[in-house]
Amino acid sequence: MIISIILKKLKSAFTDLLPIILVIAFFQIIVLKQPLPQMGEVLFGALLVVAGLTLFIQGLEMGLFPIGEAMAQALARKGSLFWLLSFAFALGFSTTVAEPALIAVASEAAKIAGQEGLIDSSPDSLKQYAFGLRMSVAFSVGLAILIGVMRIIRGWPVHYLITGGYVIVMLMTIIAPKEIIGIAYDAGGVTTSTITVPLVAALGVGLASSIRGRSPLVDGFGLIAFASLLPMIFVMGYGLIIFG
Amino acid sequence: MEFIYDFSKILLATCKDVLPIIILITAFQILVLRQPIPHLRRVVVGGVYVVIGLALFLAGLEKALFPLGKIMAAQLSDPAFIYGTGEVVVHADWKAYGWVYLFAAMIGFATTIAEPSLIAVAYKAREVSAGTIKQWGLRITVAVGVSFGISLGTFRIVTGTPLYLYILVGYMIVIVQTLFAPKSIIALAYDSGGVTTSTVTVPLVAALGLGLSATIPGRNPALDGFGLIAFASLCPIITVMGYAQFMQWLTNRSTKNMEKPNAL
Repeated sequence: MIISIILKKLKSAFTDLLPIILVIAFFQIIVLKQPLPQMGEVLFGALLVVAGLTLFIQGLEMGLFPIGEAMAQALARKGSLFWLLSFAFALGFSTTVAEPALIAVASEAAKIAGQEGLIDSSPDSLKQYAFGLRMSVAFSVGLAILIGVMRIIRGWPVHYLITGGYVIVMLMTIIAPKEIIGIAYDAGGVTTSTITVPLVAALGVGLASSIRGRSPLVDGFGLIAFASLLPMIFVMGYGLIIFG
Repeated sequence: MEFIYDFSKILLATCKDVLPIIILITAFQILVLRQPIPHLRRVVVGGVYVVIGLALFLAGLEKALFPLGKIMAAQLSDPAFIYGTGEVVVHADWKAYGWVYLFAAMIGFATTIAEPSLIAVAYKAREVSAGTIKQWGLRITVAVGVSFGISLGTFRIVTGTPLYLYILVGYMIVIVQTLFAPKSIIALAYDSGGVTTSTVTVPLVAALGLGLSATIPGRNPALDGFGLIAFASLCPIITVMGYAQFMQWLTNRSTKNMEKPNAL
């Protein structure tokens, strides 16, 4: 019984991975006409990926989803807007500020700004610039989750907020310094890590289902969208302030 | 031995990712909510599964797929492969990069299917829509969007056209679609843009972008290598809303056709 359940989960994880294997095999053998190097290593790695994905999904169902929903419901029941919003902000800020992908992008962006002569290229000023960038992204993600939670409570339609955000992004793109634009767009993508996403999704859905008159599908989603939109605006704003 | 060392390093990094969440939840439970977490043991075991699972997943990717994918991205964007000879290329001919666009599209599709955050969101979407949104339906629609986005992104790097033009046009499309798309899909469509770009997609796609801009004359890897991720998060929004609109149109048409015989 248990073995058949495990086998079923392993099989579905293997299906998830299959497209990557096919693409790589096709290009390696047919297009580049080269043998697959280190077959043993590759197979071993693929096994690890399948096992890891299986465990991860099992853990989602058992741990991350329930805790996210339980927190949302407990905070909603408590009825204190202040604590709910503080939790939302702290969740966004704390999971982003130490995100390795963000640290990498920020230091890379500082290097480019130094080379282009936009900022003083001494190590100190580079570090300061990267730190400022990281802080503005982390702050904006915290604010984004806060606004998103506020939206679920008040029942504001998501499309007005997001379309408004996009219009701001478009206007800022026109006036922002060219060097910051690519980084700003990418900053929106790197902020949502694999562990934050399920937690934030569970928070939104849990909150929407515990407030009367909100639908989990229409109102519960959208938090992640705010978390990838607001950093773009803040990073371009940061560029405008720093570069003048 | 070397593998155990690599794995512990990844495991440690994953733990560091989870640490702020654990501190935050514990602090709120003890200081604000002042009540025990329901099914605490199950939640803790689940949390451990998530951390170990993610670490195994990343270790496997780094051992097997990333090196191979990165080498292939470099080989495919190598002028010697694209133009067949070792001659110096002065102007990139965008028509010669067919294999690159195809690779970009296929690798974008394949990595999105394996993206854990997307699996999580698709799982939740099926749950709250009571099964009307199929997990695989959503994942494939998003993957098609990413595949188109990355392919378009490589085309942009090859031609050297400015990034913001594409993004502005993309946003216009999203805004217009939002006006017409079914209200229930909008929030989910926006969210699927944000989840596509995490653990699996970013490293491979970044390698492709950097490889391309380094080998094409006149491109600056620092400036042109960025931006592929932006395409990968914009296009799924368009495809998810587009798919929902298409399904709505189909149902509208079939109800209209059914009404017609009655009118006669």
